[in-house]
Amino acid sequence: MINSKYFFQGFSCIKRMDSPAIALGCCFIAIGALLKNLGFSIQESIFSTLLTYALPGSLVMAESLLVGASLINIFLAVWLVNARLYPMTVSLMPLLMHESQPRWKYYLSCHFIAVSAWLIMKSNYQTVEKENRIDFWIGIGTATWSVAIIGTIIGFIASDYLNKDMMIGLAIVNPVYFGCMMVGAMKTIQVTLSVILGAILGPLFFFITPEWSILFGGFTAGTIAFFVGELNDK
Amino acid sequence: MTSSIVIVILVTSFATYLSRFLGVVSSEKIKETSKWFRWFNCLAYSTLAALITRTIIFPVGVLDEASYLVRFIVVLTSILIFYLTKRNLVYPTVFSVVFLSVISSFY
Repeated sequence: MINSKYFFQGFSCIKRMDSPAIALGCCFIAIGALLKNLGFSIQESIFSTLLTYALPGSLVMAESLLVGASLINIFLAVWLVNARLYPMTVSLMPLLMHESQPRWKYYLSCHFIAVSAWLIMKSNYQTVEKENRIDFWIGIGTATWSVAIIGTIIGFIASDYLNKDMMIGLAIVNPVYFGCMMVGAMKTIQVTLSVILGAILGPLFFFITPEWSILFGGFTAGTIAFFVGELNDK
Repeated sequence: MTSSIVIVILVTSFATYLSRFLGVVSSEKIKETSKWFRWFNCLAYSTLAALITRTIIFPVGVLDEASYLVRFIVVLTSILIFYLTKRNLVYPTVFSVVFLSVISSFY
């Protein structure tokens, strides 16, 4: 069903010196502590990370709960902030699809699509033949998912011992780590422009429409970068 | 578990899975060598960059309590360390959490 050789090869990516395990763990420690402060039980906190597994979505959910937002508002706010997962999925799944593999693997394993696992897969997919990439991907996803769940549990338990300064410190890990990873991924003109323009336009669009700023900023920046890259290749 | 929190978690999960699910449906028709794929690749990187900078400039949660200047200094110094340490990700990550925690305790 799942080729264990490739599964464990993917799973072991988390053990590397430059793996996102530390950053991911720190982020979910902060989430675990935040959920406890919001009144979640440990089961609810684990359940949340298990089913959602997307940091910005969890933060938006927590923020919405704090202000007493309705279910519809929570749905829309989370959907908007996590809509980035759509282009991330479309830019990853074609690299993993192979006719010899059953469809259910793709529909189940898409749950693992999050920045950390996505960036690891993007930089490692060429090392695995296409037929086995989905099992490799499931290994990466399971590893990062496990780190997130363990981080949530640690954060929940340790929340009484973490002061506000430590929580602020933990909160910066996510943007710093992924910022560095994005800078490291700037190897082609299209990706370089996408990252630079996205970083500029995302916050700029925030002044026009805060809810849609990531999508509008990302869409405009990515489209400009695509056309500039295509013209440059001709 | 209280039912209202469970329902909120389920709604959040559904809203998150929806984009992933629709992404797989669309991927069935997109080849990795096509222009569509390259366009979506650009969109993925740009939306991620937009999200990261938004998290730094307009944060949600405790990060909001650190000033703009402090956040910028920490992020820029971390990226500099990333380059100085030949693209090692551990040093800037550890540096950022320690540096910001220490600065926050003074200001």
